[in-house]
Amino acid sequence: MSAHATTNAGTTTSAHTEEHLLHDHMHGGPKLYGAVLAVLLVLTAITVSASRIDVGSNLLNVVIAMLIASIKGSLVALFFMHLKWDRAINRVIFCTSLFFLALFLIACYTDVQARPPLEPTNLKAAPAAVGSGLQTAPGQLAPIPGHGPEGAASPSGGGPAIPGAAQQGSYGGAATGTHAPPVAPPSK
Amino acid sequence: MWLFLATEVLLFGGLFVGFALAQSAHPLAFVEAHHHLDKTLGALNTVVLLFSSFTMVMAVHFTKTNERRKAVLCLFVTLACAAAFLVVKYFEYSHKFHEGLLPGMFYRHVGDTVPNQFIFFSFYFMMTGLHGLHILGGMAAITWIIIRSLRGDFSSVYYGPVDFVGLYWHLVDLIWIYLFPLLYLIR
Repeated sequence: MSAHATTNAGTTTSAHTEEHLLHDHMHGGPKLYGAVLAVLLVLTAITVSASRIDVGSNLLNVVIAMLIASIKGSLVALFFMHLKWDRAINRVIFCTSLFFLALFLIACYTDVQARPPLEPTNLKAAPAAVGSGLQTAPGQLAPIPGHGPEGAASPSGGGPAIPGAAQQGSYGGAATGTHAPPVAPPSK
Repeated sequence: MWLFLATEVLLFGGLFVGFALAQSAHPLAFVEAHHHLDKTLGALNTVVLLFSSFTMVMAVHFTKTNERRKAVLCLFVTLACAAAFLVVKYFEYSHKFHEGLLPGMFYRHVGDTVPNQFIFFSFYFMMTGLHGLHILGGMAAITWIIIRSLRGDFSSVYYGPVDFVGLYWHLVDLIWIYLFPLLYLIR
């Protein structure tokens, strides 16, 4: 980054600054960038083929995909974005944003997982509850795996497959905006 | 510039967190829904975007070494890659519009065996749409850089704007690196 040259402006002579700039030029270079691109393309091929292999659990598959993505991301950040040679403060800024993103993800995820499953009543009172794609989200995020509408509807067969019916029919219909009374959850 | 990139990370981060939570709530629907996406086109776009990142960094390099002609050429290739990405995206979108694979209440796809797939497409269109807007913004920025490069504004001592647009472009690439496996390759 060009700001490189302006650091320590008080103590550095202009000759030093020039040297900094010239020094900056020597980082990277076509060969290195080409090598990074090659590695990135190879990793893309690996992640595509890895997604076709059944490793036993969905979670493991996601973890593998995210690991490869993180390696690729690190390569882009370190070499293409010059973080490897950049001032430390930029690394700190970037890593801080990633840290808070991780915190955000972990906190939300563990919170949702730790709660007792909420019955997605809003899915059944479909036309009223669905205003737009995003508005549907909060209520539907609550159920944990196995307790969600897919899990609830399929194994028993006792509870009518309401979400499916709602989705096929009434979601496309009118969103009235009024709240229909929540339907009682199917007994399990 | 890096502070701006950090805000961008958090902007997309919110969507990623939402995606993770919705995915954990509706695993079957998400797996079923992602079969509607074309992995080949997604992989093609990944390669296009990675290559454009490479040409972008080469443009920055050539600007620093005062090789303006090469730098402008690299910028044009980057711009072409961005356009190619959007063209592929356009074909993907129009396919989904045709099939009724639309977000939220607009979802009209018939013949599903697993319910609630509209949630996946809400996230799909929100995330790729926002990313697509960033591509458009990047194209505008690259065009601006090309014009200034042709005017001879940049040299080995002044190349800040090229560098910053490059950083932005790499971040857009970085986001796609995560979007691609999440949306196209989950199982």
